[in-house]
Amino acid sequence: MTERRPKVVFEGLSKSFPQKSGVRLSVLEDVDLTVEEGELICLLGPSGCGKSTLLNIAGGFEAPTSGSVSIDGVKVDAPHPRRVFVFQEFGIFPWASVWDNVVLGIRALPGEQQTEIAQGVIDLVGLTGFERTYPMALSGGMKQRVEVARALAVSPDVIYMDEPFGALDSLTRLTMRSELIRIWEERRPTILFVTHDVDEAVQLAERVVVFSARPGRIAGEVPIDLPHPRDLGSPEYGSVKNRLYELLGVSHLI
Amino acid sequence: MIGPLLVLATAAVGLHLSQRLRSGAQTWVSPICVAAVLFALWDLACEVSETRIFPTPLDSWHAFWEIVESERLWGDVVASLFRVTWGFLLAAGIGIPLGLVVGWSTRAFWSLNPIIQGLRPISPIAWIPIAILWFGIGDGAGIFLIFLASFFPVTVGTTSAVQNISLVHQRSAMNFGVSGIDLFRRVVLPAALPQIITSLRIALGVAWLVIVAAEMVGMDSGLGYLINDARNAGSRYDLVVATMIVIGVIGIVLDLLIRRLEHFDEVRWGYVKR
Repeated sequence: MTERRPKVVFEGLSKSFPQKSGVRLSVLEDVDLTVEEGELICLLGPSGCGKSTLLNIAGGFEAPTSGSVSIDGVKVDAPHPRRVFVFQEFGIFPWASVWDNVVLGIRALPGEQQTEIAQGVIDLVGLTGFERTYPMALSGGMKQRVEVARALAVSPDVIYMDEPFGALDSLTRLTMRSELIRIWEERRPTILFVTHDVDEAVQLAERVVVFSARPGRIAGEVPIDLPHPRDLGSPEYGSVKNRLYELLGVSHLI
Repeated sequence: MIGPLLVLATAAVGLHLSQRLRSGAQTWVSPICVAAVLFALWDLACEVSETRIFPTPLDSWHAFWEIVESERLWGDVVASLFRVTWGFLLAAGIGIPLGLVVGWSTRAFWSLNPIIQGLRPISPIAWIPIAILWFGIGDGAGIFLIFLASFFPVTVGTTSAVQNISLVHQRSAMNFGVSGIDLFRRVVLPAALPQIITSLRIALGVAWLVIVAAEMVGMDSGLGYLINDARNAGSRYDLVVATMIVIGVIGIVLDLLIRRLEHFDEVRWGYVKR
């Protein structure tokens, strides 16, 4: 693999929340992680392990208790329009049409350019013909596509995805994963993808970082050097899954 | 005696048969049948009790035509609607922007909300003496009272609408660098709009209740005054009942008109059951 630049760097990152009892609840402890430019990395862990908190800190929505996150060497302290969050619940605006949602991040550009970019990403996510439709009339999968299109419109450096397909049915989820891979291969943004689903991580990631239960620490990393599209029945696929289950501390035999 | 019994029987049969109609037709036929039953029972009660004061439906109908033909009704309807329209528009024009600010800014909320909550439970009716003192008997006092009646539901509704904007939408806005006036225009106002429209609907309902009461006590025109006048001028209860029905019908029409706002694509999402 060619040498890639470090893009998102977490250094000694910890986060704790004060509680009524006065004892601080530690959510993340001493996370060191370097995500490379153009990498699709999955952060895998049980519910409540702090992986969403990690993403919120990287996105600039929350401040760490200690340690830091930097992107391209610059410390993150606020949200940035070129680093886009794709939310778990639907973050697109229900009061605006697909088109108006997609142009949100590029509203300052001249009209012609806006039209070109918006149409491009709408076509890319397969929503051609739905430009004037309101989210209420779209299925869950289509709404999530709008969210992805809105993110892609700003040509983001980094995309944060917090269990973005969690609310979809299992078939739609599979489709959305392969669509994501297709889009990622075409545009190559850096993607930090949070999930608690081992299969999802193995299907998507170039590298999976496994978090332990609270307080979240990095329990281990598993690189996945399998080309896309991945054969879900191959022995390599199975062995990666077993390795991840081991790191999560759960048996894959139930 | 035969007339109302006949209507009663016909309506009962109609109600029974309406079950076989399409659901679209049922929504019209069933309520009309129920209304016919109620009118028949009313008529029957008048005949059985042999009342000389309380009007039958037919008496009320004649009274209705009397005030339509004498052009008395038209002037009073316009007077009431005029006061409600201006009081309501004034309340919306001040209440919505105020509610947006109070809902968005914590500081504005802490300083203004206690005052709003303190004034809110005072019935607009209690303000009638002060309204007359300040504005005299006439449209000014009516508009002021309707303003008071609508202002609190609109302001409180708008405040809570803004406070209910989901964190995901706020973060989306932050993420894409939406701020200042743009934030209000693109996110805060549209996100709050469905609930604002609901509060407008409530406010208009309250306004229509209050104007009648206000006109009965402190004004010399309008539908409320018409009711009072009819009673004072020789116990014309047929006129009283006719006016009451007119008030009800106008109330329904006002509600239907304001509900049309709920059908726009920009707000329909807010009324879907989840």
